[in-house]
Amino acid sequence: MSRRSKWLWLVAILGYLFLYAPLVIVVAYSFNDSRLNAQWVGFTLDWYRKLFHNQEMLGAAWNSLLIGVSASAVSTVLGTMAGYAMYRFKLRLLPILVVAPIAIPEILMGVSLLIFFVAIDLTLGLTSIILAHIAFCIGFVAIVVRARLAGMDESLVEAARDLGATPFQAFRLVTLPLIMPGVIAGALMAFTLSIDDFVITYFTAGAGALTLPLEIYTMVKISVTPEVNAVSTLLMLLTLALIVIASRLSPGTLRAGG
Amino acid sequence: MTGRRLNTWLISGPPLLYLVVFFAIPTLIMVLASFRYPGEFGGLAPLVQRGEDGQRIVNLTLENYQRFFSDALYAELFLKSFWYAVITTVLCLVIAYPLAMLIARSPRSHRDLLVLLVILPFWSNFLIRVYAWMILLGPQSVFAGALNALLNAFGLGPVRLLFTPFAVVIGLVYVHLPFMVLPLYANLEKHDPALLDAAQDLGANGWQRFWRVTFPLSLPGVFAGAALVFIPAFGIFAIPDLLGGTSGIMIGNVIKQQFLDTRDWPFGSVLSMVLTVVAVGLAGLAAWYARRARAMA
Repeated sequence: MSRRSKWLWLVAILGYLFLYAPLVIVVAYSFNDSRLNAQWVGFTLDWYRKLFHNQEMLGAAWNSLLIGVSASAVSTVLGTMAGYAMYRFKLRLLPILVVAPIAIPEILMGVSLLIFFVAIDLTLGLTSIILAHIAFCIGFVAIVVRARLAGMDESLVEAARDLGATPFQAFRLVTLPLIMPGVIAGALMAFTLSIDDFVITYFTAGAGALTLPLEIYTMVKISVTPEVNAVSTLLMLLTLALIVIASRLSPGTLRAGG
Repeated sequence: MTGRRLNTWLISGPPLLYLVVFFAIPTLIMVLASFRYPGEFGGLAPLVQRGEDGQRIVNLTLENYQRFFSDALYAELFLKSFWYAVITTVLCLVIAYPLAMLIARSPRSHRDLLVLLVILPFWSNFLIRVYAWMILLGPQSVFAGALNALLNAFGLGPVRLLFTPFAVVIGLVYVHLPFMVLPLYANLEKHDPALLDAAQDLGANGWQRFWRVTFPLSLPGVFAGAALVFIPAFGIFAIPDLLGGTSGIMIGNVIKQQFLDTRDWPFGSVLSMVLTVVAVGLAGLAAWYARRARAMA
């Protein structure tokens, strides 16, 4: 190994340490038998026990799940259509509208949706959050599906058409099964993004609905407690599981995320 | 209408309609809101009103923009946010470059795993990643304790880490680092190693090979990463809100305040408009530079 590559390794290890040390600390303190996130006192599962008796937290988790499932279901259908349309046709407006919500600072989408929902007299709550989440998830699904389509062998569709399949039959029987891993990966990504979203939810939730990130935010604002460590650890575990599934189904999905 | 055009509309229609209704129209409403009067109890005043003589009056004004341009406070806040975002972008570049270089030069079989290890933390909840730094920088933390002990040994007083601009920049760098690593890696991976061999044969040393071959070739990746880090960092409000205290607030905090606390929506919309124009303008500039750098490479 040359001197230069040793130096590179050292910097890279420091880089990975920087990325992981904070998260490892959150997980470690979730098992620490002390109210303070300072000295290690002893191992306990108390914070998890507390968590499962915290009605507000459980309610927030249920809301997050409901929002995540509805938003990812709708955005997967719309995002797949968008990804297919962008791959198949020369479009001007759609690609811009797909990328723009991802490209601008999140806060802008949050405040504009707040004004919009109030203007159309929609009470802020679960519905407004779901509508907002669908809007920012469509782009991510569309990008993953489009990438999958770009890697597809176009001659298979042509063969189906030559054999007399209608365009719709060719899509349903050939294209869709081929891009299915991309679609599922997109759906899991949308679910993760929805479960994790804080900024847009913060503006579109009103007083009615609490989600996990909103609950975590409120707790952290008041004080730093090991209960937050416990819920964070569980949330990380969930995300990790979803990511492993998504990457098994469609390698390269992770890179399209944001 | 031909069958193909009908198909195009059937497939692109629903997502297009959704994004028009829930993205394009809200954005246009925000643009309009920046020219409206604030409501008596917050929010927006009615756009169309009947005057005393029964005539309809459209209530639009430039006052909100005048307020923005007449008070230096807001320009300073934008400038401050701009500098935080610039420092964040530079630090991300400095940390990400060796990481991306290492990944690009490791054996092909290791690359995917090394990339995955960079992305994995950023899939965990954004708030958790910020919260982790609240623990690390907090006064009770082992890290802050060790740093202050070290400073004490040099006769320097204890420093406060949490609720300072320093904490904000650390949080910003931490959250945005993967956005810099990925485009850099994607670029560096494509470099032809023969170019470095050629430079070496012609007598270039390590630094010369880096500065005159690798770095110029990686400029498109640098600009792409810079745009991906700079734009979200510029408009962020949760990180300064949790890590910054009062000294570390950024423009995102004031926008949030205008919409949710003061409830002066027209002025909040003005700030959002300026943020959009600046962020999109700078991103456009970065894209233009990236294209030029690619054309020259």
